[in-house]
Amino acid sequence: YAKLSTHGCISYVVFRFQMKVKVLSRNPDDYVRETKLDIQRVPRNYDPSLHPFEVSREYTRALNATKLERVFAKPFLASLDGHRDGVNCLAKHTQSLSTLLSGSCDGELKVWDLTKRECVRTLQAHEGFIRGVVVRYCGTSFFTVGDDKTIKQWTMETPGYGEEEEPLNTILGKTVFTGLDHHQNKSVFATCGQQVDIWDEQRSSPIRSFSWGVDSFSSIRFNPVETDLLGSCASDRSIILYDMRESTPLKKVVMTMRSNTLCWNPMEAFHFTCANEDYNLYTYDMRFLEKPIKVHMDHVSAVLDVDYSPTGQEFVSASFDKTIRIFPKNDGHSREVYHTKRMQHVICVKWSSDSKYILSGSDEMNIRLWKANAAEKLGVLSHREREAANYSQKLKEKFQHHPQIRRIARHRHLPKIFSFYRFGFSSTKPGSVPVLSEKEKHVVSVVK
Amino acid sequence: KFKRKDKITKVRNFVCFLYWVCVEYCCFLLPKCEFFLEGDEDEDTCTISQEDIAEAVDITSGAKYFNLKLTQFGPYRVDYSKTGRQLLLGGRRGHLACFDWQTKQLMCEINVMESISDVKWLHTDSMFAVAQKQWLYVYDSNGIELHCIRKFNDVLRMQFLPYHFLLATASATSFLQYLDVSTGKEVAAICTKTGRLDVMCQNPHNAIIHLGHSNGTVTLWSPNQKEALVKMLCHQGGVRSVAVDKMGNYMVTSGMDKKLKVFDIRALKPLTSYFLPAGASCLSLSQRGLLSAATGDVVQVYRDVWSTPVTKPYMAHRVRGSVWGLQFCPFEDVLGVGHGEGFTSMLVPGAGEPNFDGLDANPYRSAKQRQEWEVKALLEKIQPELISLDPTDLGRVDRATFEQRHQEKVQSLGFDPHAKEKFVPKFKKKGRSSAGAVERRKKQVAHVDQRDKVKMEEQQKRKEAKKAALSRRKSALDRFKK
Repeated sequence: YAKLSTHGCISYVVFRFQMKVKVLSRNPDDYVRETKLDIQRVPRNYDPSLHPFEVSREYTRALNATKLERVFAKPFLASLDGHRDGVNCLAKHTQSLSTLLSGSCDGELKVWDLTKRECVRTLQAHEGFIRGVVVRYCGTSFFTVGDDKTIKQWTMETPGYGEEEEPLNTILGKTVFTGLDHHQNKSVFATCGQQVDIWDEQRSSPIRSFSWGVDSFSSIRFNPVETDLLGSCASDRSIILYDMRESTPLKKVVMTMRSNTLCWNPMEAFHFTCANEDYNLYTYDMRFLEKPIKVHMDHVSAVLDVDYSPTGQEFVSASFDKTIRIFPKNDGHSREVYHTKRMQHVICVKWSSDSKYILSGSDEMNIRLWKANAAEKLGVLSHREREAANYSQKLKEKFQHHPQIRRIARHRHLPKIFSFYRFGFSSTKPGSVPVLSEKEKHVVSVVK
Repeated sequence: KFKRKDKITKVRNFVCFLYWVCVEYCCFLLPKCEFFLEGDEDEDTCTISQEDIAEAVDITSGAKYFNLKLTQFGPYRVDYSKTGRQLLLGGRRGHLACFDWQTKQLMCEINVMESISDVKWLHTDSMFAVAQKQWLYVYDSNGIELHCIRKFNDVLRMQFLPYHFLLATASATSFLQYLDVSTGKEVAAICTKTGRLDVMCQNPHNAIIHLGHSNGTVTLWSPNQKEALVKMLCHQGGVRSVAVDKMGNYMVTSGMDKKLKVFDIRALKPLTSYFLPAGASCLSLSQRGLLSAATGDVVQVYRDVWSTPVTKPYMAHRVRGSVWGLQFCPFEDVLGVGHGEGFTSMLVPGAGEPNFDGLDANPYRSAKQRQEWEVKALLEKIQPELISLDPTDLGRVDRATFEQRHQEKVQSLGFDPHAKEKFVPKFKKKGRSSAGAVERRKKQVAHVDQRDKVKMEEQQKRKEAKKAALSRRKSALDRFKK
């Protein structure tokens, strides 16, 4: 008889009495590993008849993944202790991921090493509050402004043994400065106080001053993408936009309540988010200021600071209600809330440049280091761990709308005080008040 | 809105691509082996004897045909484990044996000193359940009695749902009970009120239990409902046996009226009906769609029962005693027959699935692989609440909840936030916004939704008319029709 061998299964063809028979016959050598040092052989067959209940099994895996995420959600990493008064402002080092600068309300400036979680340098920068700290784009020096009407430039290197801390440069101003920001790649910086000034580092008087009849400004920010644009928050409840190359401001949008800070999206050239006193954050497109792109509502007290992740997909907001919330850029509600009993009113917040950590400076003199993704495993992951994490993440996204999974994924423990913040429903007759969408409600006017 | 639509189309395209990749892999890359038995033109394949086949094939395959002569302890019930390596035999008079049937290595052999109605492997080859005279017992593979579950009494038939870890039992007191073997709790006890339940099978595609009754009906049950999901009248006499194929498309039943019927279980419609001179007491379907039917002491195997009308069996074999249990071995070309005189394993070329999946049921798995698989299977255990006629229910859009929520919103707000705004035509200059022009523009937009509906209806009507025209038989007398 003839022997026909097809791959994997040997079969025999017999011509005795003109009968042909082929029977399934497996050679164990093809399916079992040769030595103990080999890996196991795993033949695959993706035929769906061998894998029934796909949706139910994936749903169960998604449910397990969601529950495990809640189990492993431990975002708090460390608390940086050392300031003797509330932390007023934070600054990221432009070239180093592990350096952080913080300015406090008693004029003290500290430089921290985040890997060792300790303070490496302390200096008395100003008398009174430090209103703004920013590191120059090259990373070799940094600027501070304070309540004593001065702008000081310091070097990044720690002074040698026995030497005193001396600023590289001091500029005296006429009025108090309340905010500071540096250009992405030119040696130009901007301050705000009673008016917005653009300074050249070599000159001791501003090269340009913008004013629009406003009393005072609370913050100023350069656009990281369109580097000549600036945005500022003014005390007349408006946000004013400037172009550094022009002599007058561009336009302003007046809202119902004052904004505390604003932050530009590092990925979208024209989008910025402002942290408002009416417990919301508003994302605007600077070209169309009539309506915000999105209203982000979840805080229960004034929002004090906002910072974008370097990916531009999410931002973090710090609020007077002792919590930090992380919002996706196009979602009206937060995906995460961080709070601790020991953390009081959060004044400033920063998202680290590797998009993995969040730093918050608060009223009780501590700076806290948090994970951006609460359940993420830090450090170098093996290939299998990464694959498993990606698979779980995808499953959670796929089934996120199912009620059981949504209930578990949304569950956060909040302090008891939050149960008092309940928003009532209006009792007006339907149809009597003209219906305005949420977006239209908050903008009063746009002035060019 | 546009972003979400784009996202959905992207995901849909990707899923189609993945599906295509899997189909390519399964159809072209996996070793394709067509196994068959063919006689010459005069010879019928059903006349070829097992001994001839065993002599013709290689030694290992030939050794798969064997007879176990166990005459003392009554007709035997048979169960193969999910991987197809281990075999469990339970004799009516209490003889219990489990062994690896390929190496003939005995794992345990005991006599429980009571009558046994059914035996079933649990999720691995380490435990099995035995329905004895009064209660349900669970034994270890070494023969040690692990549990005696008194809540489950007078059990006649059992089915194990592997992905839910549920053991479904049908009792003589017309109770259908589900036992979760991972937690040991009784999940559901349904009083079916249909009399003695001794015909039972499961649909491997959606984990629904099919019960056959003496009034000719077959009922479909899930643990979530107290009533049957479906009641089908299948035979004129009692139903003797039921089998469902692995894709959950077809159900084959045999009854006291000596008929063998094939039903489309998705549409719940009868497909074909065959007449068997002596009826079939046991039915079993293989992984490749071969049907085995046993009458008395003759076992016949049929090929392609649902697609082409079958005139004669593919194979036939006579065993020594009357057949009591019948099961195809999962990944082998073997049919196990338990009968009054013991056990026979016969060769059926083309019955088994040649390409198994190493991560699901792997006959060549090591102990370590088995442990890992067991842990993963337990983690993925599907809750019994998800058992329904359509296993893809979870993947559907939940329109009912959406409608309900929308109604509540409308009530609370006083207006419909999703309602379309009234069309206000743009004011055009240079006299183009006279009253008549504005009216004309308004008319263009008016009743757009109604117009779409009417268009769709007309299209459907035209389609149906076309179909009807094609199907009408052309006869010479057509010209006289008005």
